[in-house]
Order: sequence, then structure tokens, then C-alpha cells
Amino acid sequence: MEFPTALVLNAIIAGLLLGGFYAAMSVGISISFGMLDVVNIAHPGFIILGSYIAYIVSDRLGIDPIAVSLALSPLFFLLGMAIYRIYYLCFEKRGQESLRGLAFFFGILFITEVALVLVFGVDYRSVRGAYSETTWRLGPMDFPMRLVVPFLVSIAMVVGIELFLARTFFGRAVLAVAQDSLALRLMGVDTLRVKEFAFALSIATAGVAGAFLIVIQPVQPAIGREYIGLVFAVCVLGGMGSIRGTLVGAFVLGLAESFTSTFAGPSWAPAVSFGLLLAALAFKPSGLFGR
Amino acid sequence: MKRLVASFSGALVALSLLAAPVLAQQPLKIGFGMSLTGPLAGNGKAALISMQIWAEDVNAKGGILGRKVELVYYDDQTNPSTVPSIYSKLLDVDKVDLVVSGYGTNVIAPAMPIMMQRSMTFMGLFGLNVNSKFDYDRYFQIMPSGPEPAIGWTQGFFDTAMGLNPKPATVALVGADAEYPALALQGAREQVKRTGLKVVYDKTYPPNTVDFSPIVRAIQATNPDLVYVASYPPDSAGMIRAANEIGLKTRMFGGGMVGPQFAALKAQLGPLLNGLVNYETFAPDVADKFPSLEQFLAKYQARAAKEGVDALGFYLPPFAYAMMEVLEQAIKAVGSLDQAKLADYMHKNEFNTYVGKVRFGKNGEWAQGRMLAVQYKGITGNDLEQWRKPGHVTVLTPAPYKTGNVATPYQDSRK
Amino acid sequence: MSHSRFALVAFAVAGAIIAASPLVPNDYYFSAAYTVLQFVILATAWNILGGYAGYVNFGSAAFFAVGAYSSVFLYKWAHPPLIVMIVSGTVAAGLLGLAVGYLTLRMRGVFFAIATLALAVVLYTFVVNWDYVGGARGAYILQPRDLPFGLTRYIHVLYAAMVLMTAFALVIARTIETSAIGRGLAAIRDDELAAECAGVPTLRLKVLAASVSGALMGMAGTTFPYYLSYVEPSAAFNLSYAVNSIAMPLIGGMMSWIGPLLGALLLGTVQQVVQVTVSSEWNLLIVGVLLVVFVTLAPNGIMGWVDAWKRRKK
Repeated sequence: MEFPTALVLNAIIAGLLLGGFYAAMSVGISISFGMLDVVNIAHPGFIILGSYIAYIVSDRLGIDPIAVSLALSPLFFLLGMAIYRIYYLCFEKRGQESLRGLAFFFGILFITEVALVLVFGVDYRSVRGAYSETTWRLGPMDFPMRLVVPFLVSIAMVVGIELFLARTFFGRAVLAVAQDSLALRLMGVDTLRVKEFAFALSIATAGVAGAFLIVIQPVQPAIGREYIGLVFAVCVLGGMGSIRGTLVGAFVLGLAESFTSTFAGPSWAPAVSFGLLLAALAFKPSGLFGR
Repeated sequence: MKRLVASFSGALVALSLLAAPVLAQQPLKIGFGMSLTGPLAGNGKAALISMQIWAEDVNAKGGILGRKVELVYYDDQTNPSTVPSIYSKLLDVDKVDLVVSGYGTNVIAPAMPIMMQRSMTFMGLFGLNVNSKFDYDRYFQIMPSGPEPAIGWTQGFFDTAMGLNPKPATVALVGADAEYPALALQGAREQVKRTGLKVVYDKTYPPNTVDFSPIVRAIQATNPDLVYVASYPPDSAGMIRAANEIGLKTRMFGGGMVGPQFAALKAQLGPLLNGLVNYETFAPDVADKFPSLEQFLAKYQARAAKEGVDALGFYLPPFAYAMMEVLEQAIKAVGSLDQAKLADYMHKNEFNTYVGKVRFGKNGEWAQGRMLAVQYKGITGNDLEQWRKPGHVTVLTPAPYKTGNVATPYQDSRK
Repeated sequence: MSHSRFALVAFAVAGAIIAASPLVPNDYYFSAAYTVLQFVILATAWNILGGYAGYVNFGSAAFFAVGAYSSVFLYKWAHPPLIVMIVSGTVAAGLLGLAVGYLTLRMRGVFFAIATLALAVVLYTFVVNWDYVGGARGAYILQPRDLPFGLTRYIHVLYAAMVLMTAFALVIARTIETSAIGRGLAAIRDDELAAECAGVPTLRLKVLAASVSGALMGMAGTTFPYYLSYVEPSAAFNLSYAVNSIAMPLIGGMMSWIGPLLGALLLGTVQQVVQVTVSSEWNLLIVGVLLVVFVTLAPNGIMGWVDAWKRRKK
């Protein structure tokens, strides 16, 4: 039997494109959970919120949804700041973050879902970018623009965040807060402002990821729940608090899913992905790039 | 915030329906659970609107047996574990006179034990072969799939396929890991046995798969003559997109996809649907065979637009309405609410409904299947209006409704 | 109160509740009570590992589903009496808890939580692909026609079983809490490193807690197939089990066995009532708001309020 080159090449491409999308969805968790130890389980809810906002504006004004989400990301940033304020006042200050924060965010997840149902109804919504039906073919390889465009913007966004954290002053403050918040406070830095900023950034990425989602597949308010496992898996697999790790983790999961779907049977893809995660946790709990 | 106002006024209407009896006589209460939230809420809400329209129509004509009809319903959240409690409450606390089901096997099956205990006549809405295990003689199904639902569901696609010249030899079967697709695929495997086709691909995928191109590529690698897909709306959209992106080459593609029947997907996918062979329960091209349906659809469409559900209403709404019509006619014929007499009457008689003549057979399924196998064609752009008129759907089977032949292969009929 | 005395009282109360069944005028109560008690067991079970030891389990649905699907498997294979199914399901889930605990409890708390999440997904995928128990097609479990003790409705049998299982779970929880095991778990919760240094066998205790916790969650699921008559994976692995089993102990108080009981009774009853009154998406909103409000205003749950009030009185 001849080696299925075309199949393998396309599986790699599909896996990478998918991974780019997963990275966009998970980079926010990498910041909020990986660096700030905030178990923001409502993150997928904010992604869906981003999907709907991109849908509404794009529908009314005819602008590309991804462009819309980038333009509106300051709004999500402010939303993130507000939510972090509440979270901090109610939980972190009193020192009972993890579990109570978790329940708090579960509540937020449900409230967001209901709000969307009340405003938009339960029907599936989808958005078509100008490129949604174009596929770029290169020999045996296919590059559907519906996945390529979100992929490119996603990589730009993730790399941008990595550079911001590593190169700018405020970015390094965020990394410092993740490493040793107490020491930072003792040095006179207002850690609250830094953490608030970081969390807001994570929510802003959720808004943009939402636009990617609704370009790639139809969206309905309840589907946020299906992505909870995935975004945390990517973050943990890559290594908590490492943006580079999140990107690699996302690619690993994307490729695993793509190859399992192509060669073994799509039904097993979640088992393979999460099995990989379990294996990683058993042998290297700090993740691929963790400290 | 139109939806917010609409749902509030909807709640007020529901409350007023529940609160004040208008006549001196007790209202005739019909109880059910319905998926108003959760994954199948789009269909559940559409069905609810149809049933509400029915109740209004009936009450405008004076009610049934001189009593006004009142719908008592609760949201089952598309979660089967709510169903036993809901129907217990309806029967024991709300003391409803009649019960019907929610939408889909998931929420019909858990209600069966209660129905059997209370000997209630129970109408099911689009459950796939629920009664085969329970063997309950007072269960009646509203779904035009015929006496063996999974077979009837898949009949159209395979009958059309075997009519091709030369006959196809291989088939790829694919579907979502969920209740309906799994049952439909089982029916497809029966068809394969019957027709002697060879299965070259038989896999399922998780419902929340994001990218379907690996799956479609793997299917293409087996070079099937036919590709039969059983899916729900989001994955139907994903499969169709992937097929177009990869340029799937096969003779017939489609089969059992839920989704393309709905306005939302028709609008979103537009020309991507060209060439797809799928099932519908209604099409404007055969509207003349279902006379009063136009009138109902107009009423439904007006309400659906406000509530943010399926704008066309071709799929579930006519059947939800027909379900209530059957009940109405049975009660009027029998002259009482005696459950045994109702069941007996329903077994023996034919009903004239908006979806045509309905006669029940073994296990309460339809004696005669009537799923329309169709092929989409000539769709341009993404507007919804073109779907309201005939010309975009070729009805392939069954014979009384046929309007044309299937265009093959798929990759050519896509243009 | 000693362990055996408490057990006696618990089962006596259970017996009285069951004996009072004929006084209830309608079946709706039994159906609703079944669901609420199911959550009491889940919350109590979760709290053994989550509250006493401080390890958050995200995958309650996985253990619950193991209990449910072991019943399905036995039904299809040998169709044994209900009690056999209950015991088998409990044991199976307990073994799973043991295995998962042994593999993952060496990690820091948060990784255990993620591992349980991953476990739920992996198990779900296995069940979906396991044709013998129906897979995605689902399995039909028919309630038996002949009932013991002259009962007429099977829901009464399920209800009685649930009451007894709830008493059992509460007894186990209290026994662990007030014994040396409970003290060891509390030491782990407060400061695991210090506990290790003080000689507490942390891994052994954690694995024990995980096994017991998992076993009880599975126990809650063993009668589920009979309750529904039709089981398919998404019903058994529903997110609400994970959310509720965390929320209920949080609301009730995680320090003692009373907390999950209170939290489950409260939140469970509210959910049941809302479901048949304000029935619609508002249902989900109410749960969400309750969660947020309670968690914000009552940091230690209802029992925390009670303790604070008692302390103020002194």
C-alpha cells in the first residue's frame, strides 16, 4: 500500500490550524489560571459572549467578524477588569480563592448563558467572513481560509502577548506577580493593579477567540460548557503560566485530534487528547514548558 | 432586548393561560415537558409554538367537548433526568387530563414507565423506535418514518441510490456519537444488508468536533460511491463545509442530516447545500399535497420570527401541530377522555391532518412511511426567501411526491 | 455520640421516613425526592475528599456514571436483583477512585482537579464506544413488573433504596470525619507539608478518601438506569452532577457531614421547585445567581453561619 502522503500532510495542516484556534481559546486561561491562580471556569462563557457580539456587529454593519472582535477587545478588557475587582473583593482578599472562586465563576458561566439565550434565543448562529468559502490548494494540500485566517490572527495574538509579557515593563510585572506575589508587594508594587490588568487581558483574548469560533462553526449559548475541559487541558499540558507552552500544548492536542480522526476513528479523539493530558500529569505535572 | 420583552410577554400569556379559567367549565388540560433550554431547545421551542397555535385554533372554535384547552408544560432542559419528575407532577399534582411527549427519544423514553403505570394514552414526538422495548399498546408516534423507524428514516437515501445506473457498490457511514445519529446509522446498516452494498468506512465522531476535514478526508481516501451522514445541526454544517472545502468526490452525499431543514442553516450554508441529498418532512414543491399547511406555516412563521426560533418551520412544527390534531379528532370521535377508548380509536382509524393522512401501525408507529428524500439544487446566495418558493428542492422519494431524479455525481451537482 | 449510636439513629430515621411513604398523596414527591437525595449522596461523597481533605474533584459525573453503567452492564448480562447492582456499582466506582487516587493524588491539589476533569472525558469516550451497554444509542432498562413487599409503583422501591443509601452515606461521612482518619485529612487540608513532617501517612489517607468518595458517588448512580428506563452517555455524564456536587457542600458548609446534607437539601429542593414553576431559562439563571450570592456572602456555607452565631452567643 502506498504511503498516504496527502492524507498525512493534510492531517498535519488540519491539526496545526486547529491547534492555533485552541491556543487562542486557551491563552486567556494560561494567564488567569496559570499565572494568577484564578480558576476562571467561565472563560468559555466569555468566548461565546464574544461570538455573539462579533455576530451582532458583523451582521448589522457588514464588517468582518474578526476585525470587529479586535476592535471591540477594549470592551472585553474593561469587562475583565470589573469582574476581577468583584472577584478580588469577595474572595481573594479573604484568602479563600480557589474553591469559592470556582463556584463563583460557575455561577457567572450560567448567568452569561442565560443572558445570551434571553437576548438571542437558542437557534444556532454563524457568521461568514469574505473568505469563508475559499480554499487555497497547494498540490495535495488544502488550506481552507475559514480556518487559516483565525489561525493567523491567533498566532499573532499569542505571540504578541508572549512578547508583551517578556519585553514590556508591565508585562514583566505580570510574570513577577505569577512567580512571587508577596515579594512583589514587599517591594512596593501595587499587585492588585497588575493582576487586574492581567485578568482583563485574559478576558480580552476570550472576546477575540469568540469571533474565531463563530467563523469556524455555528454557535449556540449552551456550547460554552463543551470547551471547559479543553481550555484547561491545553493550559496544563503546556505548563502553567507559559504562553509558549500553551501554544505548543494547543498544537499537540490539535495534531492528536487530527491524526486520531483521520486514521483511527474520530470517536476516540477526546480519549486520546485527554489521555495525553493524564499521561503528562502523571509523568511531568508541570507540563511541557512548566517551571 | 426584543427577546426579553417577548419572553416576558410569553410568560405572562402562559401565566394567564394557567391562571384564570375563562369558562364555567374546567379547562381541558394537556400536559407535557418540552426542551426549552439545552442543545435541542431550537426544535423544542418551535414545537411549543405550534402547539400553542393549535390550542388557540381549537379554543377559537369552542374548545373540545365544550371545554377550553389549556397547555401545561415545563422545560425538560433536554435533560432526561428531569422527565420522570415532570410527568409525575403533571399527572399527580396538576391533574392534567391528557399527556403528550417532548421532542426526541431522550425525553420520551423516561416517561414511558409512568404512562404504562397510569395506562395513559401517550403521543410521542419524533422518538426513534421508543416502543420497541416497552411494547406499550397506548403509545403513538408522530413521525413519518413508518413501521420500522430507523429503516424508514434511511429508506429514501438508499432506494434512490440503488436506482442509480450503474448500481453503487460501496458506502461510507458516518455520524455523531449521540442518540439519534447512532440509531439512524443502525438503520443504515440494515439497508446495507438489504442492498448488498459494501461498507468501506463506518465511524462516528464526538458531537463537539470542531474541524471535520480530517474525517471527510479519511472518507475520501476510501473512495466510496455513497456517503451517508447522520448528524445534528452544528456537525451537519461542519460536514457540509468540509465536503466543499476538500472537494468531496462521491456519487451521493447526505442522507440523515438534521439541520439543513432549518432556516438558520439554509441561510448560513446557502449554495453549499447544492447537490446534498437529505431528508425533509415538507418542501414548498409539494405544498399542493398538504393543503392547509400554508395557512399554518404563515401563522407559525410570524411567531417564530419574534421568538428567535426556526424561521421557516418546515421540519418539526407541522408534526407537532398534527400530533395535537390527532388527539383532538380522537377525543371528538370518542366523545370522552377515556384513555382506553382513545387508544383503541387511534389504532383503528385514519386521521386527516395538516401533514396528510395519518394511520398508526405496529408499536404505534406510522403504518406507512412518508419521509421525503430530497436533493437541494439551484441555490444562489444566502437569503432565505428563495427557500419559500418551489424550485430549490427535487423530491426523490416516495413515489407519490416525486418531482424529479437525483443528479449525480455529487461533485458536479454542487455547482 | 458514638459511631454505632449514630448509625442506629440514622437508619431508624431512614426506616421511619420509608414507613411514612403511604401517607404521601402523590408520586411526584417520590420522583422529586429521589433526585434531591441523589444529590445529597453526591454532595456528601464529594465532601469527603473535597471538604475534609481539600482536594477538589471535578469529575463527579465520571464516578456517578460508573455506578450507572455498571448497573446497565449487569442488567444486560445477568439481570441480578437490585441490591447486587447497587453493591457492584459501588465497588466498581470505589476501585476507580482507588486507581485515580493512587495515580494523581501525588500531585498538587489543582492538578488533581484537572486530572479528574480529563478522567471524565476519557470515561465518557469509552462508554460512548462500548456497544454492549448501548454506546451513544443508549440502553433501555425496563423496570420490573413484580415488586417486593406488595408495593405497586417502582418509584417507591427506588425511593426507599435512595433513603437507605443516603443514611449509609451520612454514616460513613460522619464516621470518617470524627475518627483518626478525619483528623488526618483535616491536617492534610490545613497544611499538607506539615502533616507529612508530623508523620501523617498523607498518600494513604488521600487514596482512602478518594476511594470512599468515588464509591459513594457510584452508589448514587446505581439506581439511575431504573429511574430513567433509558440511559445514554450524555445523561449520565451531565455537567450538573459536577457543578452541584461542588456547589452543595460549598453552600452548606464543608467542614462537617451536616453541610453537604443541608446544601443538597436546599439547592436540590430549590432546583426541583423552580423546574416546575418558573420553568424556562430563568431556571438556570436562578441557580447561577444563588451560587454567586451564597458563595460571596456565606464563605463557610450555612454551617459557617451557624458556627459564627454559636460563637457570638458565647
